[in-house]
Amino acid sequence: MDFTYSSEQIALQETLQRFIERDYGFERRRELARSDLGFSAEAWAQYAELGLLSLPFPEEFGGLGGNAVDLMLVMQWVGRGLLLEPFLSTVVMGGGLIRDAGSPSLKGELLPRIGAGEIKLALACYEAEGRYDLSQVACAAAPSGSGWRLTGVKTVVLDAPSADYFLVSARAGVGVGVGAGVGAGAHDARGISLFLVDRAAPGVTLLTYPTQSGGRAADLRLEDVTVEANSLIGAPGQGLALVERAVDRGIAALCAEAVGIMAALNEATLNYLKTRKQFGVPIGKFQALQHRMADMLIAAEQARSMAIIAAVHGDSDDPLERRRAVSGAKAYIGQAARSVGQEAVQLHGAMGVVDDVIVSHYFKRLTMIDLSLGNADFHLARFSDMLV
Amino acid sequence: VDLKYTPEEEAFRAAVRAFFEAELPADIRAKTRLGKRLQKEDLMRWQKILQRRGWGAVMWPERFGGTGWNVIQQHIFEEERADIGAPLQNAFSLKMLAPVLMTFANSAQQEYFLPRILSGEDWWCQGYSEPGSGSDLASLRTSAVRQGDHYLVNGQKTWNTFGQYADWIFCLVRTSTEGRPQQGISFLLIDMKSPGITVRPIAMLDGEHEINEIWFDNVQVPLQNLVGDENKGWTYAKFLLTHERTNNAGIGACKRALKRLKEIAAEQMSDGRPLLEDSRFRDRIARVELELMALEITNLRVLSATASEVRTLGPEVSVLKIKGSEIQQTLAELQMQALGPDALPYLREALEADWIADPLLAAHYRPYAPPLSGQYFNLRKTTIYAGSTEIQKNIISQLILGL
Repeated sequence: MDFTYSSEQIALQETLQRFIERDYGFERRRELARSDLGFSAEAWAQYAELGLLSLPFPEEFGGLGGNAVDLMLVMQWVGRGLLLEPFLSTVVMGGGLIRDAGSPSLKGELLPRIGAGEIKLALACYEAEGRYDLSQVACAAAPSGSGWRLTGVKTVVLDAPSADYFLVSARAGVGVGVGAGVGAGAHDARGISLFLVDRAAPGVTLLTYPTQSGGRAADLRLEDVTVEANSLIGAPGQGLALVERAVDRGIAALCAEAVGIMAALNEATLNYLKTRKQFGVPIGKFQALQHRMADMLIAAEQARSMAIIAAVHGDSDDPLERRRAVSGAKAYIGQAARSVGQEAVQLHGAMGVVDDVIVSHYFKRLTMIDLSLGNADFHLARFSDMLV
Repeated sequence: VDLKYTPEEEAFRAAVRAFFEAELPADIRAKTRLGKRLQKEDLMRWQKILQRRGWGAVMWPERFGGTGWNVIQQHIFEEERADIGAPLQNAFSLKMLAPVLMTFANSAQQEYFLPRILSGEDWWCQGYSEPGSGSDLASLRTSAVRQGDHYLVNGQKTWNTFGQYADWIFCLVRTSTEGRPQQGISFLLIDMKSPGITVRPIAMLDGEHEINEIWFDNVQVPLQNLVGDENKGWTYAKFLLTHERTNNAGIGACKRALKRLKEIAAEQMSDGRPLLEDSRFRDRIARVELELMALEITNLRVLSATASEVRTLGPEVSVLKIKGSEIQQTLAELQMQALGPDALPYLREALEADWIADPLLAAHYRPYAPPLSGQYFNLRKTTIYAGSTEIQKNIISQLILGL
């Protein structure tokens, strides 16, 4: 048991804090959210220079060999700074998946380029009517020559508009010894394979849109998209476990992001309580507000503890240990973030519901974090079902 | 950051477990596990067994006869204690009074009282609250007036937990009415056998006798029983309350209660299947389990920070107290709820160790059922004692948030 951070981890946090203070102020962030790209290409290059984009990769692929706690710390600052760059999709989920399951040659090809900021990835794992069910896969992969031909639609693919490659779950065709495939039922956990799809491949089209919290996403349409045999990641029919693991990591990262936001929101709210005067006194003198602020602090501290659990156990090789940790944390933090976010808005009064105060942006991001990769209800059910 | 126990800590846990397995008397274990009434004799016997092993006060430093264990070791000990069903030791003596004595008492007091706590010779109760002084503790009025070589104490204390067993009571008394109320309070050690002391029981809502009121009528207390300086008692009292609140996180006991709750919910039937399979009930268990998972880490974070920064516990223990008390209450509530209609019978005799259920009753009324409703009622106290939840939020507001 150890709750201390290494000197490298402390330095990492200081670096991120300086970067946000200097280069990523609230006004700058608002401009970026409204820009065509939706984030800062310069910032992305800076992340590469700082080593953030290669943080979790092995040293043999140009990475820093960072661990889950390192990622947790980065994500806390992603939250505080409301950073818009596709770190979660490219490095945590996409890059992490390639690192776990890519062939040596694929890792050698992609990981250094991710680390250098040259390419971005997006995980295309959800479909219409599947809600948060990763095994709901109607997208089909039929054998085609030595490779595959993909057809289907993936919905609300985070960070898709800027991605160079998509990691796509699809049902591989029957009759080729890859387990249950097309026609096996869209919910069947078997028969799902994972493919790397080049954004520039013929037949790939995107319907792009901004998200409620300033990011970008898209629906991804694949129409007879032909990919090479080596685009299959991992063993045929074994893709679901890979996607689940990537999503588990993403959940742990979102939990950390939410913790960073809750800390920032609590600081902002506390500052407001101390400076806003009504009835001749700072409103923080009113016990009705003091106790709510105390509740917000408690919720944020408990959430921080859950994010640590999610980071550490969410990196386990044991899928049940992972699921218990990340679903538990996501359910808990979804609830805590909802409460902290709503209270922060309420305690800010009308200042909480306008666009040009950061509070509303934190609140919206917290809300969308809950709705990403499984909301509190979804994860509470998963956690709860593990009790039987 | 690492959430794994080291091999040394795992070995330590195994050693603690082995000791409990070998030395915890079966009759005491059976009572604790089934929520039967424990007698003072049970607790004293257990204290002596622990002390023989050198574990009479695992939270004390070695120079006072403690183990000198770090916070992780203490946490492991407490988890194993609760899990196996060993009774709680007297927290008033070991965890509240003792740190005050170690920090503020003179060496004569330390040398006399601390070994007697370790050996189980002295049972201490707390004399803080008064009928007119609850959350506003500093308004207390029990007076101590110097008269030659002793104080003359007059007044009334209340809510004295296990005061009926006590050999001694540590009291906050008023020695001055000058200045702010906090400035005239002293910390006094009083022998319960002193003439002029009357103890009256207060029945609690579960029908049990746990708390008392204690009257002081011209009680003579030797001057050497004053701890620290006269009129500085409020400082010592706050120090003590901080220690009290940490213990109230009660992680080990909550883990045990959660395990129990799942066992009960797996055994109780609802609509032809175990209650645990009813997602509506199971989700309630899941929610409290998540709170507990978080609190366990929050608790360790606070304790570890304290250990590494070599400072005393601060107002952050209020966070632990608020959450810990709520979780205890929720677990007790769910255990009772799990019983359904079997939560209704009130069988006082069923809390005795030798009670045997009538076969007709035993057909549906499980051995774990008798104490559960009473425990739910009883544990409503946890968000009230040791500084109510509202007081804890005041402390957080003032001392952490600076409001």
